[in-house]
Amino acid sequence: MIELRNVSKWYGSFQVLTDCSTVINKGEVVVICGPSGSGKSTLIKTMNALEPFQQGEIVVNGISLHDPKTNLPQLRSRVGMVFQHFELFPHLSVTENLTLAQMKVLGRSVEKAKVHGLKYLERVGLLAQKDKFPGQLSGGQQQRVAIARALSMDPIVMLFDEPTSALDPEMVGEVLDVMVKLANEGMTMCCVTHEMGFARKVGHRVIFMDQGRIIEDCNKAEFFDNPHERSLRAQEFLSKILAH
Amino acid sequence: MFSLDLSFYNWELFTNYILKGFLFSVQLTLIATVGGIVFGTALALMRLSGRSALVYPATFYVNTMRSIPLVMVILWFFLLIPMLIGQPIGADLSATITFIAFEAAFFSEIVRAGIQSVPRGQGFAAEALGMTYGQNMRFIVLPQAFRNMIPVFMTQTIILFQDTSLVYAIGAYDLLKGFEIAGKNYGRPIETYILAAFTYFIICFSLSKIVRKIQFKVAIIR
Repeated sequence: MIELRNVSKWYGSFQVLTDCSTVINKGEVVVICGPSGSGKSTLIKTMNALEPFQQGEIVVNGISLHDPKTNLPQLRSRVGMVFQHFELFPHLSVTENLTLAQMKVLGRSVEKAKVHGLKYLERVGLLAQKDKFPGQLSGGQQQRVAIARALSMDPIVMLFDEPTSALDPEMVGEVLDVMVKLANEGMTMCCVTHEMGFARKVGHRVIFMDQGRIIEDCNKAEFFDNPHERSLRAQEFLSKILAH
Repeated sequence: MFSLDLSFYNWELFTNYILKGFLFSVQLTLIATVGGIVFGTALALMRLSGRSALVYPATFYVNTMRSIPLVMVILWFFLLIPMLIGQPIGADLSATITFIAFEAAFFSEIVRAGIQSVPRGQGFAAEALGMTYGQNMRFIVLPQAFRNMIPVFMTQTIILFQDTSLVYAIGAYDLLKGFEIAGKNYGRPIETYILAAFTYFIICFSLSKIVRKIQFKVAIIR
């Protein structure tokens, strides 16, 4: 579904990604973790070309992102993305947030977009909030609307960039519940997150990053059950976040 | 001893001299505001485009306009446009073109700041949903930017209304000119200029009060 080959990226002379390679297969749930500043968010943003990269290649659904002929907006419309700070459009109602891109990008009619969008809003349990504005919702609710907004574009894969990091602890659960449900339905997902509980529960594979490199890329059982076989850096990280 | 004669402050003074000038000042202000915002937005988008073929001309234009006095631009355009098109165009039209061109530079800076006030993540979110640059600007960034900018727009418009008095340089008939002619005809320039100052004050002061009220209403809840 998504294939990264030796992706490298620089901000000026500072290298943020070094030779990152991995494959995310259809139906797979991949969790990316690592200390802050390790390049996780940058890596996931390169997967739908929100962040340009200078070397290597990324192929999404058979289409190369580096090819200048690639229609990036069209490709992105098939790749759902959820952000740390929700990024709902504050000047539009919840319903308009769900329908705008469906109409303008996919060319759906108002009615069709509305029916489709509200279906997903119901699925994240927020149908009652359809006429509110994002500013009137809690953080957890906003993030669930953001997930519904991404889903209403019928994506072939969903990318999550620290979806629970900006939430109050009591709201993390409601967002993770939605994500777990999605994973159980067979959605292909790639999540940057520190929620190791989520990784254990529904993840298939864990990628561990440090200083812009992919250090570990192995299946869940290996990652959590054989920590002493992991790199020192990963062991250190795991012992810190699993200690609490 | 100097004494004021206010006996000619009446309705006839208003209808015969002031009204025509007032209407032209208002018309000039409104056209220059709308035109300034339209061209100013275009200039702002050029400056933010990141393409040097667009950035440099727009930057040069804005910096030039912002660095020379408005009176000079008014005079220049009055002399230059007829030379370029080979026929006189009259003070009113010349003033209108000049004000649109001049205000575009000022509004472009306001719009630029407004666009930059919209968090970068909003643009990312729009792009991630597959929107093109144009759709992103039209549906996501500019609506939010304009809402943030409304109070500043209105303040700029008030300044613009005062600045319209500078068309005296090319002899256009604006609000101030109306007072000036009335003063000459009645032989009481001091009194008419006092009335002129009072008129400008009432208009601009009440407008700025309205701006303050609106300021709190348009803010977007985040």
